[in-house]
Amino acid sequence: MAEERIIPAPPVNPESKPYWDACAEGKLLVKHCTACGKAHHYPRTMCPFCFSDKTEFRPAKGTGEIYSFSVVKRGPPIPYAIAYVTLAEGPKMMTNIVDCDLDSIKVGQKVKLVFKPVEDGSTQMPMFTPA
Amino acid sequence: MSINGKAYIMGAYEHPTRKAPDKSLTQLHAEVAKGAIEDAGLTKNDIDGYFCAGDAPGMFYAMGMADYMGLKLRHIDGTDTGGSSYMIHAAHAAMAIAMGKCNVALVTLAGRPRSEGQGVGTTARAPSAPIAEAGFEYPYNPALASMYAMCATRHMHEFGTTSEQLAWIKVAASHHAQHNPNAMLRDVVTVEDVVNSPMITTPLHRLDCCVISDGGGALIITRPEIAKSLNRPKVKILGGGEAIKHQNGGEFDLTFSGAAISGPAAFAEAGVTPKDIQYASIYDSFTITVLIQLEDLGFCEKGKGGAFVSDGNLISGVGKLPFNTDGGGLCNNHPANRGGMTKVIEAVRQLRGEAHPKVQVPDCHLALAHGTGGILGTRHGSGTLIMERE
Repeated sequence: MAEERIIPAPPVNPESKPYWDACAEGKLLVKHCTACGKAHHYPRTMCPFCFSDKTEFRPAKGTGEIYSFSVVKRGPPIPYAIAYVTLAEGPKMMTNIVDCDLDSIKVGQKVKLVFKPVEDGSTQMPMFTPA
Repeated sequence: MSINGKAYIMGAYEHPTRKAPDKSLTQLHAEVAKGAIEDAGLTKNDIDGYFCAGDAPGMFYAMGMADYMGLKLRHIDGTDTGGSSYMIHAAHAAMAIAMGKCNVALVTLAGRPRSEGQGVGTTARAPSAPIAEAGFEYPYNPALASMYAMCATRHMHEFGTTSEQLAWIKVAASHHAQHNPNAMLRDVVTVEDVVNSPMITTPLHRLDCCVISDGGGALIITRPEIAKSLNRPKVKILGGGEAIKHQNGGEFDLTFSGAAISGPAAFAEAGVTPKDIQYASIYDSFTITVLIQLEDLGFCEKGKGGAFVSDGNLISGVGKLPFNTDGGGLCNNHPANRGGMTKVIEAVRQLRGEAHPKVQVPDCHLALAHGTGGILGTRHGSGTLIMERE
C-alpha cells in the first residue's frame, strides 16, 4: 500500500460546480448529450461532438478499465499512479489508481470507483482501485 | 493558394548559452534577434513582421518585445502552440509574405527555465480557475513527464514497443551531441545506460527525458526578391502543416499525435513524400515523442517505430534517417522548454551545409522539422515544416 498523497482542491467554476458538489457526496457524474446520445468527459455545457446544449449529468456506474497509466517515482515525495480509465459509459477520464501495489497495475485492468478527500475538505476526487 | 516557394529562411541563429543567470529574458530574445538579422545580412529596420509566442516577455508578448527592440511592424502574429509554435510561425510568415503583408519576418524564442530552477517534468503546474479542464486534471498531479509516459505505456501495450527501442533514440542523439561544443550532454551513451538510468515515471527513465536549459533562437524569413539579394544559402519553405490534438471529449488514442494531421498537410503542400526527406528535426521532449511522431509523419508504419529507430537508424552517417544532428533536446538544449525553434535552426544548418562536418548529411537539399507543443498525453499543437535548399 502506498502512502497517501495530499490532494489539492480542484478549481471550481459555475459550469463545473454540480460535478464537484456530487463528488462531495460520493457520486461521480458523467455528462450525456440527449441530442446525439453520446457521453463525454470532462463535462461541458455544450456537447463537444455535436455542439448541442441539450446535455445532462447522469450518475456513473463507477466501473471501468485502465487505458493507460504511469507510476511517478521521482519528483513528488510519495510515488503515485496517474492513469486514464475508460469509463463504462465510454469516455476516458484522467484519474489516479490508488489503494493497491502500484507496481502491479496493468493496462486493461478492471477498476472500480473510490473517492479521496481533497486537502481543504471542499470535495472528493474520483479515483479508481482494482476491482 | 500555397506557401510553396513564397518565402525563404535567410537568417538563423541559436544562442550559445545553456545557462544565463546574468541575462534578462527580454535581452535573450533581443540577442537572438540580432544574431539572426546579422546572419541574414539585414538590419533591424528591414523587419516589418514579427512572430513570437508566450515565451516572449512583456505586455502581450509581441507588444512588449516590439517596444523593447524598437520594431516598426505591419504584421504581427502571437500564435502559441507551445514548443511547436516556431514551425507554425515560419509557415505563417510565408503566408503573410505571400499575401504581401510583410517582406522580412522575424521569429524569436528564448527562455531561462534552468536559471529559474523550474522542475518542469515532474511538477504539475497549478492552474487558474478559468481553465475548463483544470479541476479534472490538476488534483491528480499530471506531471508533464507522466503525460508522455502514458503514451509510451499504451504504445508498448498495443505494439510491443520496448524500453530498449526507445533508448536507441537517446543513443542516436548522444552520438550527434558529442560533436556540438555547446551541447549540455556530450557523452555518448548506450542502450544499457538509458535503461539503467533511474526510473522517473514508468516506463520513462531519466535518459528518456530532455534537458532543461536556458537559451533561444531566431529566424529571418524573407520574400524571394530579398532572398536573392542576400549573400547566404537560400532555404525555401515548401510546405507547412498545423494541428491541435486534444482529448476529444474523452474519445482519444494516445498512440497518435497531431503529426498525423500536420505531417500529411505539409507533405501535400511541399509535393514530396517522407522517403524524399534526407534530414529530419523531430521534437524530442522525450524519446517516446520522437517515436510516435516518426510514425505519424509516415517515416514508418504505425506501431513499427520501435524497429525503425533501433540499431542506429537515426544516426547521421549510419542510419537511413539522420535526425537532430545538433543533439536535440535530449542532449543539446531545450530553451524555454520549447524545442521547436532549435529544430528549424538545425534543419537550416543541414540545408546550408553548415552542420558539424561529422554529422552533415551529404548534399542535403530536402529537410523536415516537426514539433509537438503542449502535452502529448492531453492536448498539443503540432507543426510540420518542409524546406529545400535552392
